[in-house]
Amino acid sequence: MNPMQILVSLWTLVVKEVRRFTRIWPQTLLPPSITMTMYFIIFGNLIGSRIGEMDGFSYMAYIVPGLIMMSVITNSYSNVASSFFSNKFQRSVEEMMVSPMPNWVILSGFVFGGMARGLGVGLIVTVVSLFFTDLSLRHPLITLGVVIMTATLFSIGGFINALVANKFDDISIVPIFVLTPLTYLGGVFYSIDLLPDFWQGVSMVNPILYMVNAFRYGILGVSDIPVAGALVAIGIFIVAAFFLALWMLERGKGIRS
Amino acid sequence: MAEPALSIRGLTKVYGNGFNALKGIDLDVPEGDFFAMLGPNGAGKSTTLGIVCSLVQKTAGKVKIYGIDIDRDFARAKYNLGVVPQEFNFSQFEKVEDIVHSQAGYYGMPMREARPRCNQLLKDLGLWDKRNGPARMLSGGMKRRLMIARALIHRPRLLILDEPTAGVDIELRRSMWEYMQRINREEGTTIILTTHYLEEAESLCRNIAIINRGEIVKNTSMRGLLTELDTETFLLDLAQPLDVLPSIEGFDIERVDGAQLALSVKKGQHINDAFTQLSAQGVNVVSMRNRANRLEELFVSMVEGDNAKAEEQRIAREIEHS
Repeated sequence: MNPMQILVSLWTLVVKEVRRFTRIWPQTLLPPSITMTMYFIIFGNLIGSRIGEMDGFSYMAYIVPGLIMMSVITNSYSNVASSFFSNKFQRSVEEMMVSPMPNWVILSGFVFGGMARGLGVGLIVTVVSLFFTDLSLRHPLITLGVVIMTATLFSIGGFINALVANKFDDISIVPIFVLTPLTYLGGVFYSIDLLPDFWQGVSMVNPILYMVNAFRYGILGVSDIPVAGALVAIGIFIVAAFFLALWMLERGKGIRS
Repeated sequence: MAEPALSIRGLTKVYGNGFNALKGIDLDVPEGDFFAMLGPNGAGKSTTLGIVCSLVQKTAGKVKIYGIDIDRDFARAKYNLGVVPQEFNFSQFEKVEDIVHSQAGYYGMPMREARPRCNQLLKDLGLWDKRNGPARMLSGGMKRRLMIARALIHRPRLLILDEPTAGVDIELRRSMWEYMQRINREEGTTIILTTHYLEEAESLCRNIAIINRGEIVKNTSMRGLLTELDTETFLLDLAQPLDVLPSIEGFDIERVDGAQLALSVKKGQHINDAFTQLSAQGVNVVSMRNRANRLEELFVSMVEGDNAKAEEQRIAREIEHS
């Protein structure tokens, strides 16, 4: 394929993916906005007013970056996992396999689709949060960079999950048993300074802690971890996950007999 | 000499569970041909076609599509290939025209080129009125036609039809075949067809390969193959039921029921002779038809013969090892 044909095929796949999640917006875009509104009301307003300040910010302002990041992570991941697995399940993945589209384009198309949903939901949650607190970006480029990198990484993760999944249950195991606990323990609702030393050490091996804190640094200017290191680590994870997914796709893992 | 549309050499497939689905088959499909690939279920047809269109990974062997080795440049080879699979393989929730447009996009066709082509195909295949509805609302026959439109969107030179008429009613089947014959004749599209309706293969295809147990047991022209048929059996419907079976010298005859006889006519015999003898005995025949399609008779005899041979070899091996 020449570069123009590659662009056309990539664009086709991205449009198809975006069309998919916007077509079913009551399942994809609406629930996270409602869930996050509940978090803002319950944790931010009702409980947060009794907690007082954290790292020099109102509790509501403190949890907003974490909640936005939580939405981005879960939506990027689940979008690609469910979309690619549906393609496997309905065998429509064969439409792509019989075409001359290179595997890296297939992977990128799904990843861009996942990023679009993750970032879209992140934007919706951000807008909702403005009804509860004021947001001012201390470091806009870092904010944008971290959220895009996080959406990329978890979109690739969702793709790998869908490749190895054999049934629909297999694409809900990771979000329920891995992503949700890691996100809750990743400093969304608290600063790890509040934890005893031992649990602070344990928290440091949670990759989501770095993403949440780097994002919070971009918005509020405070972080529990060194931000530069977090960005480098996310970058390394993205490259490694992309090539792992591509290698699996080339091998036909889960899609070719 | 022109490159064959499809050339296969020593194609072997051993699945992970050890099942040897293809045992080194060789096959050439000439350009512009309407080619039948027949075989019982599990014979290796779909595995062969799956390898050709990259849905199945081969264990060994060479495949060339219009001279392009799929191991060297599969992407370029795929531009020549359109596939209509056995099972529905599109998203049931997408709009009909979106499915065809997306496929065009996967081949790098810009929308300004894809749209008129898609519109034409949807009209030709009777899907124009359904273009804005979700694919799940289509009938079974319409879904098959949607897969044909999708497979043809990028103007492939080789079209693979893997049992495209399974479960399709007679009228629709006929219109599909007329369309296929037209693109074969007018656009020169090479067509490879697998089907269980052998009369389709007989009436449409010029060349044929019969595959059984992962091996090609016959690869010849349809006309040449039919000349190998030694005996044809006709069912004769009688004007009046008979109590006694008439005797016809030189022919094998049996009674199906009181008012129907089965007459076997060997190569070189004239059916007129049988009718003359029946008339002389006061037996009037009102209508006549083949008991089975001619190709079906050959197919069954070949596959059964091949299976019997394989069974003999298996028993011989067991005896040798015991």
